[in-house]
Amino acid sequence: MHAFKYHRPSSVKAAAALAKGEAKLLAGGQTLVQTMKLRLASPSDIIDLGALQDLAGIQSDGKTVTIGAMTRHADVAHSAEVKKTIPALAALAGMIGDRQVRAMGTIGGSLANNDPAADYPAAVLGMGATVITNKRKLSPDEFFKGMFTTALAADEIITAVSFPAPKRAAYIKFKNPASRFAIVGVFVADFGSSVRVAVTGAGPVVFRQAEMEKALAAKFAPESVANIKVKQDGLNSDLHASAEYRAHLVTVMAKRAVEAALK
Amino acid sequence: MGAPLIGARVERKEDYRFLTGAGQYTDDVELPRQSYAVFVRSPHAHAILKKISLDQARKAPGFIAAYTGEDFAAAKLGGLPCGWLITDVNGQPMKEPPHPCLAQGKVRHVGDQVAIVIAETSAQARDAAELVAVDYKVLPAVVDGAKARAKGAPQLHDIAPDNTCYVWAIGDKAVADAAFAKAAHVTKLEFINNRLIPNAMEPRVANGAYSRADDSYTLYVASQNPHVERLLMTAFVMGLPEHKVRVVAGDVGGGFGSKIYLYAEDVAVTWAAKQVNRPVKWTSDRSEAFLTDAHGRDHHTVAELAMDKDGKFLAMRVKTTANVGAYLSTFASCVPTILYATLLAGQYKTPVIHCEVTAVFTNTTPVDAYRGAGRPEATYVVERLVETAAREMKLDPAEIRRRNFITEFPYQTPVALQYDIGDYNATMDAAQQLADVAGFSKRKEESVKKGKLRGLGYAAYIEACGIAPSAVAGSLGARAGLFEAGEVRVHPTGSVTVFTGSHSHGQGHETTFAQVVADRLGIGIDSVDIVHGDTSKVLFGMGTYGSRSIAVGGTAIVKALDKIVAKGKKIAAHLLEAAETDVVYDRGIYKVAGTDKQKTFGEVAFAAYVPHNYPHDKLEPGLNENAFYDPANFTFPAGTYVCEVEVDPETGVVKIDKFTAVDDFGKIINPMIVEGQVHGGLTQGIGQALTESCQYDATGQLLTGSFMDYCLPRATDVPFYQVDTRETPCTHNPLGVKGCGEAGAIGAPAALMNAITDALGVKDMPMPATPQAVWKVLNNKQAA
Repeated sequence: MHAFKYHRPSSVKAAAALAKGEAKLLAGGQTLVQTMKLRLASPSDIIDLGALQDLAGIQSDGKTVTIGAMTRHADVAHSAEVKKTIPALAALAGMIGDRQVRAMGTIGGSLANNDPAADYPAAVLGMGATVITNKRKLSPDEFFKGMFTTALAADEIITAVSFPAPKRAAYIKFKNPASRFAIVGVFVADFGSSVRVAVTGAGPVVFRQAEMEKALAAKFAPESVANIKVKQDGLNSDLHASAEYRAHLVTVMAKRAVEAALK
Repeated sequence: MGAPLIGARVERKEDYRFLTGAGQYTDDVELPRQSYAVFVRSPHAHAILKKISLDQARKAPGFIAAYTGEDFAAAKLGGLPCGWLITDVNGQPMKEPPHPCLAQGKVRHVGDQVAIVIAETSAQARDAAELVAVDYKVLPAVVDGAKARAKGAPQLHDIAPDNTCYVWAIGDKAVADAAFAKAAHVTKLEFINNRLIPNAMEPRVANGAYSRADDSYTLYVASQNPHVERLLMTAFVMGLPEHKVRVVAGDVGGGFGSKIYLYAEDVAVTWAAKQVNRPVKWTSDRSEAFLTDAHGRDHHTVAELAMDKDGKFLAMRVKTTANVGAYLSTFASCVPTILYATLLAGQYKTPVIHCEVTAVFTNTTPVDAYRGAGRPEATYVVERLVETAAREMKLDPAEIRRRNFITEFPYQTPVALQYDIGDYNATMDAAQQLADVAGFSKRKEESVKKGKLRGLGYAAYIEACGIAPSAVAGSLGARAGLFEAGEVRVHPTGSVTVFTGSHSHGQGHETTFAQVVADRLGIGIDSVDIVHGDTSKVLFGMGTYGSRSIAVGGTAIVKALDKIVAKGKKIAAHLLEAAETDVVYDRGIYKVAGTDKQKTFGEVAFAAYVPHNYPHDKLEPGLNENAFYDPANFTFPAGTYVCEVEVDPETGVVKIDKFTAVDDFGKIINPMIVEGQVHGGLTQGIGQALTESCQYDATGQLLTGSFMDYCLPRATDVPFYQVDTRETPCTHNPLGVKGCGEAGAIGAPAALMNAITDALGVKDMPMPATPQAVWKVLNNKQAA
């Protein structure tokens, strides 16, 4: 790790003021610290958001769950409110990384990093959640821009994410055997009037599967998606999964997500 | 005094310190005026070193010194030696290209060490190393062993044309060909035995120190055999007398073979310690470990089995290309030959076997012994062939094995080894019962109902352990003896310190060996301590690998114990005023037969050290004995593994539903430790078959350079194992022991792949059977 200046501001405003140049915001540090240790990232300044107590916490009115950006994955996974209102979201949080990662990683950090194989983007896009920052409110379509890229400005900090509660939902993830990141993760959410299907891991950035959404809106059943062939164009291809295999897995995971949502 | 301890589930004496953070690993050794080294490593797989500039590094904060290959050449440091000479099919010695500690003129794999940079702190050394400027002229690389001899392939070493280290063969090809010509059926397979990266929990560490006071060196190193490390380093590389070099390998966190060898870093820190007159410590990080710890396996093989109409084996032909990487590591040459082809008889009466092995250099990390070392590769050949043959001939896979099992011992195989004893039907019977093979078809029906595929596979493995009779090893090319040494030092009040040349890096010798000592002497186990891993304490040692510790190291201790008991008998006879022939030793007490006269072991020990009443005319005082033991033969652990898998055809995910292992390790000292060894070995074998795959791209960049891409199996990847043992005691060592450390890794891959191919209904399936690979095979099958 190269040397850097460490800051621990006590307000979002102060943090945003420091966030310029080669500075990096530190939320849970589950990606940033690793890349710094490998000397792949060498920020001039680290702005630790750990003192911003207001950014951590979960609120729910039964229709919407709002999660503070600094809320740890483990807290979302174990939250009675989340389990009651959007059980699929609690289950997703409980599937992220391992116990140590879940104890440190945060929802805001995960979304700002926007790893193409991360789990939270599937939930945010799959439920049409609102990403709230110190400057504005963003829809998922506005927020997710591309691989490791978001709409966030350098001095823009996620403060919370607000999820509308679906009628039923589920997230099924096919894990990379080594890293346990999603090779393909599919979040299916049935809002009654509409169905959303979001896919993470398969492409450079989380995306919706319109054909499946349409089929499920007509009939929310596994067989509605079981025969939908996903095109492999533009999908990721690596040691662990070719684009062809990923395309196949999107269908299988979608089918299983619908099955799980119906249970 | 003392209950029998051989065969008891004694809790491990060493675990208290390991589990409470009181272990003393090499990185824990911090010496006065410690300095820290970092190695500059090649980012290219193959390149000419045009210029190395240390100018900027020298200006870095905390910089102490930096050296390159030129400095090592000027100091006349030799290259790293290979410990085993293979003679090729033309009677010529194998090609042994120079293996410099720091690259000279050329780099040959990513991670090849180019310079050592020493600074006040580890971070400063790293910063300074980043400032070393190296000008490379990048050359094309070859990484695939099967392509290394192709026309136009990049050439690694001037002295090894066509990148060929040797072409070696065993067996009579003409006789084998004749047997094939009259066979009723021939089964043929072609496959790759995948390259593995060892990944011991503790990475390699070396801390070299030099004393001006007596011109001596001490190397603290994470090693499996400190004496051999010292011998190789002093005699072959540094030109130093051994009495001026001490090598200490204290607690070592796993080796699996990767810490057998003398590595460049060990030499570099030792030599540099004198240059800077300070101790120099290098601690590998995990990324370096992936790039520089010797890898394992990497064979490309075509194998054929000829049978008569009843499935009786007539002959076997095997052709293997072994990728040894960029340089010959310490034992690289014997692994794909002596430790591989000699095991191709397996448990069977195959009368004729011919095997040809071509070892090639490539622009990859050197390959050497990894848990099993040659024997997993051999077992994979034999057991995949046998299972496939059974399917092709519509025979039950257990039945075809039983028809060919060796049942009379000793048995001389056609590939040099002579098995002393075994009972292969016994382990097969037990494994079939424990695995409930009879209930398989019912379980298969249930899987089918769920849309899953179920398969069952066997592996009836054999291994040669207890390495080795030195004379035999020497005749096969070994450049060292392979005996073991032990010393039993009885203290005046009867407690015992035992020094062993075996090395424990997780095996639990401090418990197992103490059980043997306490049992043989009839004293409490708490009165026995085992010391290993320090050349200044232990008289000599050949180290731990090849599951040899209890069979060879343990026997050396037993021989020393016998001398102790015999000397004690003389002392007791004197004290008891009896004839020596009338004194018997019974569990800690010398007794005069037919009387109530007796002396305890402690009383006799005390008399030896306070010899007021002592037979000085016949005996020296003291109670301390050494023994060296050179085995008469290898030992031959064997067993049957049965694996049952359920495959999800939609995703290709393989779930191991049951894994049953019944092993014959001969006499067992501590069943709990043996079970742990089997569990660990099985998990590594399952790792090879299911998850682990070292992969390079065409330019020689390691694609699986971290745990993000290299998949070690985890607890959830493996089932609860069902393990049991059967016992045919080894005939040629006093404990009747055979060794158990590698069996699991040897037998598991074939059992698992036989189960997977059974489930999928295919002949071929490459390792590792990752979900993607299984899905592809199923897809191709449907398309066909």
